Amino acid sequence: MYKLLITIKKDVKILLRDKTGIALMFVMPIILVMVVTSIQNSTFQLMNKSKLPVLVCNKDTGDDSRQLMAAINRVGLLKVSALPKDQPLDKMDKVMKEKDAELAIVIPANFSARVSLKAQNAANKALKSFGLQGDSTKNNVLSNEPPFTLYFSPVLQEQLRFSVRGGLRSALQLVESRETLRKLYYAINEKQLPPALENEMLNNQSDIGMISVSKNGGRQVPNTSQHNVPAWTIFAMFFIIMSLAASVVREKISGSYIRLKTLPTNYFVGLLSKQITYLGVTLFQAAVIFSMGIYLFPHIGLPGLNLPSDLLALIITTVITGWCAVSYAICVGVFSDTQIQASGFGAVSIVILAVIGGLMVPTFAMEGYMKTVSNISPLHWSLEAYYDLFLLGGKLRDVFANLIPLFIITLVLQALTFIGLKRRNLI
Amino acid sequence: MAVANPLAVSVEQLDFQYPGNDEALLSNLSLGIEKGDSFGLFGPNGAGKTTLMNLMTGVLRANSGEVKILGHLMGATSKKVNRLFGFVPQDFSFYDELSPVENLEFYGAWAGLDGKRIKKRTAELLNILGLEDVKNRHVGKFSGGMKRRINLAIGVIHNPSVLFLDEPTVGVDVQTRHAIISYLKELNENGTTLIYTSHQLSEAETLCRNIALIDSGKIVAEGTLDELNKKYKKKSLEELFLSLTGKDFRD
Repeated sequence: MYKLLITIKKDVKILLRDKTGIALMFVMPIILVMVVTSIQNSTFQLMNKSKLPVLVCNKDTGDDSRQLMAAINRVGLLKVSALPKDQPLDKMDKVMKEKDAELAIVIPANFSARVSLKAQNAANKALKSFGLQGDSTKNNVLSNEPPFTLYFSPVLQEQLRFSVRGGLRSALQLVESRETLRKLYYAINEKQLPPALENEMLNNQSDIGMISVSKNGGRQVPNTSQHNVPAWTIFAMFFIIMSLAASVVREKISGSYIRLKTLPTNYFVGLLSKQITYLGVTLFQAAVIFSMGIYLFPHIGLPGLNLPSDLLALIITTVITGWCAVSYAICVGVFSDTQIQASGFGAVSIVILAVIGGLMVPTFAMEGYMKTVSNISPLHWSLEAYYDLFLLGGKLRDVFANLIPLFIITLVLQALTFIGLKRRNLI
Repeated sequence: MAVANPLAVSVEQLDFQYPGNDEALLSNLSLGIEKGDSFGLFGPNGAGKTTLMNLMTGVLRANSGEVKILGHLMGATSKKVNRLFGFVPQDFSFYDELSPVENLEFYGAWAGLDGKRIKKRTAELLNILGLEDVKNRHVGKFSGGMKRRINLAIGVIHNPSVLFLDEPTVGVDVQTRHAIISYLKELNENGTTLIYTSHQLSEAETLCRNIALIDSGKIVAEGTLDELNKKYKKKSLEELFLSLTGKDFRD
């Protein structure tokens, strides 16, 4: 026990004197968590509160294009600025850059005529299906060209682009439905559709009820901090590989290891000390980042982090995650021949494991085989456990299914370390 | 396992080949070093001195053959035999980030000493080797001579009966060399068996009672310096060395 305590004391002193290592283990993850949460939060704000500027060049003079512009305004996602009718299409990129807009819509001159034709065709088909004779003289063939065109900057995220497209489709649908309804009403009643009825039929859209489903029966809607802080805390814990794996290699290739081999103490004491020391580091990292989420975030305009109700489950999950991170770092250190190998492979592998583990793209959005691949990432199991606790209000029994694979991965890493040490004649 | 009046170090029919090399570096090598001896192991670069030293101290494992320290087999499951000897490797073997006191505390604990004995030995060694004034400075900032002294201090922290020294004075000034050699002589006079390699042949003449010349993985001569000089009709260890190992470059 005395040997272990002295070895831990040695490891802690070396760690505290490695300023770069401390920066990598604490400062960088803290910056990462703050930056990612801020960016995600601003995206959330953009989607929910702010509006994307969009330039609209309406070359059409009909009523339907005016209705379309009104409908686009009502989507709520876009802030419309009109461009002159004679805006040259080959200079759209220039005008978008000048006006600092990521989106532009060009409504062609035949938009209203096209909507009218499409509505007439639909009305005729409907009348025919009712057993009434439609106006067959207006049953014209529509061209395949799109009703209007959306220009977008490639920097606009795909997710945001799809949201905009969805909103525009909804606006177009409204205009086309109104025109069809008007044609149909006129064909049957031979008079105009009363505006009150039209409004009742088209603009009285029902809102969708949204309820957050959690394991504790709570209805709290998770904020960006609840999503990001646990995820990037896991990343930070695994990122100790930069310091720990390099430390294992440094000791292995330095003269100090030769001397350790000749002393009457098993090197496992050294490895156990590193595990305990760096597990302490990972727990401290988690405590610092969680505290930042709770106490600092609300003061800098970010949503505050709410800790899960089952704190024991949170501690157990964090300890196993930290132990797995330490085991992975030591394993990489044992199999690496140089510090550059250890840090390079370590850093890249953690990013890959984070990607396939769902830290950057959620696993539910992955293709089938990628979901299977994600199971090999310890970060995936850890993230699932944290999400159970932070987002779903889960208890210890709820995270067992995630902690068991994480524990098994840890044991496998420990076994690999032992094999590596034996094969390289290090124990 | 222990036998009556054993040798300090007994090497029996040792074979060793580095993985990936075509030829064995050491082949059927045997050597016996008596208790209390001051034994010098000499040879040109690449002759196998450091490898033999690493095999005797358990840093490397032989392909076949055995090494015994004071009658205890090296490489057995238990590491108890490692309490009996100390090793001062050629490379600096300590943590640059730690002070001499911190290094000695750590290596003392790994050598099996308790806190009280570590403190006592640390104070003694820092005094003997002239490191008291810098005992709390990081070793990484030390001069080469100071590093050699702390390297030696760590090797003897647990008062070993047998001390292996692989070029303990390489790259040091005259004062440090004199201090190290004087201390080693003192240890030997107090009963510590020394097994020593160096390229400093004059140093060996001062320190070593028995010597062995190793070349191409074999012991080519063994005995006291006087015996060997008489046998090969030479006047000094350097003459003897060159006559037995040749004048060609080896690396």
